[in-house]
Amino acid sequence: MRMLGRRLSLYLVTAWVAITVNFLLPRMMPGNPVQQLIGKLTGRVTPQQVHAIELAFGIGLHQNLWDQYIGYWHQLFLGNLGVSITLSVPVSSVLASAVPWTVGLIGVSTVLSFLLGTFAGALLGWFRGSRLDSVIPVATFFQAVPYFFLGTVMLLVFGSDLHLFPVLGAYSQSVTPGWHWDFIFSLVRYGELPVITIVLSSVAGWMLGMRNMMITMIAEDFVLMAVAKGLPRRKVIMHAARNAVLPSVANLSLAIGLVVSGALLVELVFNYPGVGNLLLQAVLNEDYPLIQGIFLVITLTVLVANLLADVFYFVLDPRTRTEAAV
Amino acid sequence: MSAVRLPRSPKVLVGAGLVAFFAVLTVVGPWLAPYNPSATSFPANLRPSSGHWLGTTALGQDIFSQLLVGARATMIVAIVAGVVATILSVTVGVAAGYLGGRTDDGLSLMSNVFLAIPGLPLLIVIDSYLPAGGRSNSFVIGLIISLTGWAWGARVLRAQTMSLRNRDFVEASRIIGESRFRIMMFEIAPNLLPVLASSLLFTILYSIGAYVTLAYVGLTSTAVWNWGTMLYWAQANNAPLANQWWWFVPPGVCIALIGTGLALMNFGIDEFINPRLRSAGLSGRVRRASGLPRRPRLGYTPVARASAARAAKVGAQ
Repeated sequence: MRMLGRRLSLYLVTAWVAITVNFLLPRMMPGNPVQQLIGKLTGRVTPQQVHAIELAFGIGLHQNLWDQYIGYWHQLFLGNLGVSITLSVPVSSVLASAVPWTVGLIGVSTVLSFLLGTFAGALLGWFRGSRLDSVIPVATFFQAVPYFFLGTVMLLVFGSDLHLFPVLGAYSQSVTPGWHWDFIFSLVRYGELPVITIVLSSVAGWMLGMRNMMITMIAEDFVLMAVAKGLPRRKVIMHAARNAVLPSVANLSLAIGLVVSGALLVELVFNYPGVGNLLLQAVLNEDYPLIQGIFLVITLTVLVANLLADVFYFVLDPRTRTEAAV
Repeated sequence: MSAVRLPRSPKVLVGAGLVAFFAVLTVVGPWLAPYNPSATSFPANLRPSSGHWLGTTALGQDIFSQLLVGARATMIVAIVAGVVATILSVTVGVAAGYLGGRTDDGLSLMSNVFLAIPGLPLLIVIDSYLPAGGRSNSFVIGLIISLTGWAWGARVLRAQTMSLRNRDFVEASRIIGESRFRIMMFEIAPNLLPVLASSLLFTILYSIGAYVTLAYVGLTSTAVWNWGTMLYWAQANNAPLANQWWWFVPPGVCIALIGTGLALMNFGIDEFINPRLRSAGLSGRVRRASGLPRRPRLGYTPVARASAARAAKVGAQ
């Protein structure tokens, strides 16, 4: 339990740092950002917008920084993330409609990529030195391609040219969203290409990590013992793989942040209605309250995902459950 | 310490070749560019031809020139970010690992916090508040990227330092009264070299990705030519949908190739650190030549002597 407690306190501190950074950044801006922003919005500035901007930058409140900070936390606990400048609706309601898309897309891709990469890595490790090794440079290449570039190429080749997958959006415009098969089918079809893109970009990391651990593990005595006992090869591989997978699982929580960073841009390429798309629109429009709200929600979601990954590790590795382990 | 002998597997050689190629391009690229990359004096949307090797953009700019000029800005940011981040991670990692106790707790917490915050969203938030002058400055962008990229290296270096700190040679210099700083800098740091090199390569790889992504999103000055801004303009002019592959494919492939080169070099370092991986990376021919069985056998770590393999190679030719 100590390990979980330590991780939990780490994530709490991280959340605090992220929230504080979020609070301080706009207040550290030089000059008068409010005037600049209002200048850019010429002709269509409503009093509500001015108020939203002033709130976002902490100007016109006539409070010292500390009182503002307390007020910021107070609003945060009420679920109030400010008002979007361009959309003139609360940031929290904009986010509520975007978050499920992103969580679904990235969640499915990460799980698929982890399972696929670990399985392939175990085989690559066992059959090291064989022709299978030629997969490694190819996988490395895919790992080095930026997610969004791979997405663009996939979109063109498989979506626009070959018409193998529907593109742009999360579901067909001709079906109404709801819990019925037509919609779910459309959801899966539209999700295929983005998921394949994210899996292709992220699978190599799992694969290579697992291969290296597998090679190290194979030299251990217990694997030799299993072979000597005459266990079938499939069982020996499973035996070694079960032990080799632990570092991968331990790294799962760290890798989630990386995958999220890349996947946000895949949404832009495929015009997926998630948080990544929203973030980039907000950046283009200089909609600061929205940018900050999105950053906060992404960070907190990643932290929750990290904690889940840690719990998974805790369940899998009995050594983390003893008091001696840190 | 004897000279570091990196494994000469084909993977490492290809990787080193790719990295060397792009390093040369960084230096000479802008001089080789046939035209001014911003000049809009050519017909728009030309296909690749002998006059314009990679065609022209929708604004009539020479794409090949943009690619050559863009190499420098891309690499400078990546190198600045990589070097700064590595300095940060050595300082934090070695100090945490060697000093231990409260210092370790504090520094480890700091690096874990930076690891847990997703990097790209943080970069985007910081960058969106930068004034225009900062966005066009390669060093400012490099510094910000390094801020999000140092933590992983610090963690790895800390673990390695902890395994070194109680070795006899460190103990010996402690007994003869060397200062802590000297022990960290001259006794421990040189032994971290392979880990350090690996972490530098990875950080440069990360920085290229981060910079290109920021530029693609439009968060760096669109007037500075790098491979990300090329992709930004291609996307803004709908080059992918118009199937103008000569516009958006070259920068993407360049990014992927330099990244592959760095990662392949890293394999060499991994094999250097972990001898078991080294023997696994040998090709069939070298394996036969050094008298190792064709298929790796369980239960022992084969030692391939470089001299034997080299002699066999000469013999085979």
